Amino acid sequence: MADTAFGHGRTDGIAQVRAAYLDMVRRRRMYGGILLILFAALMTASFGLAQSRNAGGLVDGLPMVLSFPSEVISEAWENRAEVPALIAEHVPSLVETVNIAAVSTLLGALAAAALALLSTRGLARWPALTPLFRRLMDGMRAIPEIVIALMLIYILGGGPVPAVAAIALHTAGALGKLFSEVAENADLKPVEGLTSVGATWGQRMWLGVVPQVAPNWLSYALMRFEINVRASAILGFVGSGGIGYNLKIAMQWGQGRYDEVVAIFLLLFVTIVVIDRLSDHARTRLVKGSFA
Amino acid sequence: MLQVRNVTRVFGRQAAVDDITFSVDGPAFVGIIGRSGAGKSTLLRLMNRLTDASAGQILVDGRDILALRGAARRQWQSDCAMIFQQFNLVPRLDVVSNVLHGILNRRSTLQTMFNLWSRADILRAIAILDRLGIAEQAPKRAEALSGGQQQRVAIARALMQDPRIILADEPIASLDPMNAQVVMDTLKRINVEDGRMVIANLHTLDTARRYCDRVIGMRDGRIVFDGTPGQLSTGAARDIYGADADFNEAATSTSIPSDTAPDDAYAARMLA
Repeated sequence: MADTAFGHGRTDGIAQVRAAYLDMVRRRRMYGGILLILFAALMTASFGLAQSRNAGGLVDGLPMVLSFPSEVISEAWENRAEVPALIAEHVPSLVETVNIAAVSTLLGALAAAALALLSTRGLARWPALTPLFRRLMDGMRAIPEIVIALMLIYILGGGPVPAVAAIALHTAGALGKLFSEVAENADLKPVEGLTSVGATWGQRMWLGVVPQVAPNWLSYALMRFEINVRASAILGFVGSGGIGYNLKIAMQWGQGRYDEVVAIFLLLFVTIVVIDRLSDHARTRLVKGSFA
Repeated sequence: MLQVRNVTRVFGRQAAVDDITFSVDGPAFVGIIGRSGAGKSTLLRLMNRLTDASAGQILVDGRDILALRGAARRQWQSDCAMIFQQFNLVPRLDVVSNVLHGILNRRSTLQTMFNLWSRADILRAIAILDRLGIAEQAPKRAEALSGGQQQRVAIARALMQDPRIILADEPIASLDPMNAQVVMDTLKRINVEDGRMVIANLHTLDTARRYCDRVIGMRDGRIVFDGTPGQLSTGAARDIYGADADFNEAATSTSIPSDTAPDDAYAARMLA
């Protein structure tokens, strides 16, 4: 398309272009305006409903929001000398919690990778079965971790195994969806190149797709690891062990043990920060490494 | 009008632009040539303030634009349009919106978010597209256009800025010879008809000779040639490109080579 003319003789054409474009702008603005009005109307209408359904009012309750945290922090501040010792005391259970999260993330991510490739348009091994794998992942995401954990605790008794199974299942569903979206954007040309030399499906995925998606998959998986640390702490509340159990005991005890609560929260915060830094580092290495 | 004084830019230990001084009066078409890595792009990016200089001054009508900060710097950028090798349009927005981006400096962020362009601005954008011969593409997404058309959209965005200086960083390096000619003709036309100064990085001698009023040759961050295209002899070109006696001018050309003898010989050998 290399038209050398600087068109001036097409006055009809330009008038048409102008009218058509201005029309399009008008239409877009109208849709935008309608959406904005709808949004504002829904927000105001639903605020009234939510306000009337609440036991207390949002406005009345607002000043009390900070009363529990301030109670916790002020007590912890009084006993601040003991907090380091308390932190050290809880490190073993933190290790258990992080271990649960790590194992379940690893298992979940492996399952997610397989499910993602099987349910991505253009890559699937059996294209007809993609809806099946997608619904399978939907199901895994739909059931709350805590329900699966409680069910398994009932069967297997307390301990880390039910927690790992519950979190891994949810991770497989959640990461599978994210992984498949990344894979959908992968360039199909390398895959075509590998098909042309007679590669099997597994070889094509391993050499044609995985190198392309690895940095994004890794960062999603590490992000999920963070979420799973928190999830595994929560599962401790229902008897899966780890730091969540200690947190539950400390919170139930109420006043007098708030320094312990603060120590546990600090530990969790530091853990999340460390994972975040690690994931940054690993991702940079992976992305830069492919250039070298 | 434009005075570049002892401008230097150091990356790590290496000076990409090394103590460069030159001045341009009036609306000239200046070509900067040199091989890749000579510092041509860095020099243009310094002028547009995309990159900060390590030392030196660039005076435009007596004002040092390298010292500008914040809003004043953005104001200067809106006055000095930049055209990139890879067009740098927003691929998912339509052509007219991309052209309208030229006046972003005069618009608030909120206006931009709600896409509130005045009718007059839209009509001006379409008129500029018409002038460049691509008005029919107005409602299409920028990514749907060919490379030559996208570069003309980029030029239209530059014209929308109504700039005094247009900087073009390898504007034709990603285009085929036909589109390259259209884009260069367009730039020359803007230069002659509107009286805007154009400074273009070019990597080919023939384009520089054909379009420029003045050619600056750079090598390793320094100016090694500054003169008219007529003064640009093969010897001077050898200096700029750092090549030895077997330097062949055709090697720096983007046009289709007329000498096909080696190709024919190769073909004959392969078919024998």
